Amino acid sequence: MTRYAMVIDTIRCVGCADCVIACQTENDVPLGFARDWIVQITNGVYGDLRLEIQSQRCNHCTDTPCVRTCPTGASHVAEGGIVLVNHDECIGCQACITSCPYDARYVHPEGYVDKCTFCHHRTTKGENPACVDVCPTYAMTFGDLDDKNSEVNKLLTTRRNKTIIPEAGTEPNVFFLD
Amino acid sequence: MEQVIITSGRMNHGIDPHLHAWGWEISLYLYLGGLVAGILFFATFYYIRGKADLYPTAVKLAPFFTPLLLAIGLGALFVDLTHKAYFWRLYTTIRMESPMSWGAWTLLFMFPLSILWPAMYIKELFPEIKWPHPAFDKIIDFFRPYQLWMAWAIIVLSVVLGVYTGILLSAFNARPIWNNSILGPFFLVSGLSTGVAFTMMLSKDKAEKLKFSRIDILLIAIEITIVVHLIMGYLASTAQQIYWSKLFLGGEFTFSFWILFFLFGLIVPLVLEVLELRGRPINMKVAATFVLFGGLVLRFVMVQSGQVSTWLSYF
Repeated sequence: MTRYAMVIDTIRCVGCADCVIACQTENDVPLGFARDWIVQITNGVYGDLRLEIQSQRCNHCTDTPCVRTCPTGASHVAEGGIVLVNHDECIGCQACITSCPYDARYVHPEGYVDKCTFCHHRTTKGENPACVDVCPTYAMTFGDLDDKNSEVNKLLTTRRNKTIIPEAGTEPNVFFLD
Repeated sequence: MEQVIITSGRMNHGIDPHLHAWGWEISLYLYLGGLVAGILFFATFYYIRGKADLYPTAVKLAPFFTPLLLAIGLGALFVDLTHKAYFWRLYTTIRMESPMSWGAWTLLFMFPLSILWPAMYIKELFPEIKWPHPAFDKIIDFFRPYQLWMAWAIIVLSVVLGVYTGILLSAFNARPIWNNSILGPFFLVSGLSTGVAFTMMLSKDKAEKLKFSRIDILLIAIEITIVVHLIMGYLASTAQQIYWSKLFLGGEFTFSFWILFFLFGLIVPLVLEVLELRGRPINMKVAATFVLFGGLVLRFVMVQSGQVSTWLSYF
């Protein structure tokens, strides 16, 4: 079994947003919308601050509230654990949007719900998602969690890592190294 | 302190700065769904108990409005869909995990039953009506022997529909204001109360009005208890729910929840109904109007406040 995951090194990430632009270009994301985005998290008080930069997107969760609440089955888990939306089955009820704790989905101007696909059209050919390939600081790694020798597994076993809002119980598959 | 800022300029329509996926359409849909559930529940309940002639407004007259109310509600739901041409996909699969799916299927059965039930009383209530085709009479006569079965089906479906209007929201654990187990019973009781109020509005029989006024007092008392549990539940729950309970406790929904819903939608009609039962000359339609208004406000407040609440803390 293949279980895709993305590992993002917050030490390397400089927040240049190349990943955001690459995604918009690669996936023809409509103007004014974003499938991925950059978040700056500042902790502490003036004089003693810590800044962390994260490139965020759909977490392609293992326990998927979006798939569970979809009334038509348009939201589904494809091979490799990638969460996708079948446009021809989506009625635009937005139940999946409301059920996502990460606010990672939006309504495409054509009416169906859209989101990060981990560049499914590329990964099925063995390529990386566009955001991973363009990252100038090599902060992003994509691979198979079930392959013990994969780069993502090596990073997750050797570096301290976390996911976003793990208490939501969704078991995200986008990890952040810190 | 922690500050989280999106720096890449994300401004997804309907998502940022906070979620606004569902507007008035869903609030109205949930309200009318609950109202229809309430009307049909009591219509069939008193039919099954053999009291159709004792409470004719509840059993016979009020259900005449349910197909129209359901149609308006379903129309609102349709307006809310953003990929309308594919709405029929709702009925190509049954997904028990998705409340919206089983709600859609419940409505598929409920809608024809809401037409069929009042059809049983058309000749009795409106004898002057002439059908354009004799087939209509044949259809009604065909179903008449099965009216008790129909009543049992409707009473079950009306409870499912009433609970569904709340569970539709509470199934979303991403929204702390919605994610509690009491929203289903809350919306069911509120729906029953609005159904009772609707019957009180139509009834011209004093004994029937008094009976439904008594039922409404009980339902409002249950609602008040549920509101207390709801707020206690927020305050005794996770950090997110404690944080977002501020929406009702000093925040932007405080006025609409406590004044428009709780005071005018529950307390005022409760007081009016109690006074009326004690013999004061109060028009019951006033109390019923307040109940119907409160039910509508409740749906709007819950739908909107739930979307404001989130696990995230972007600025």
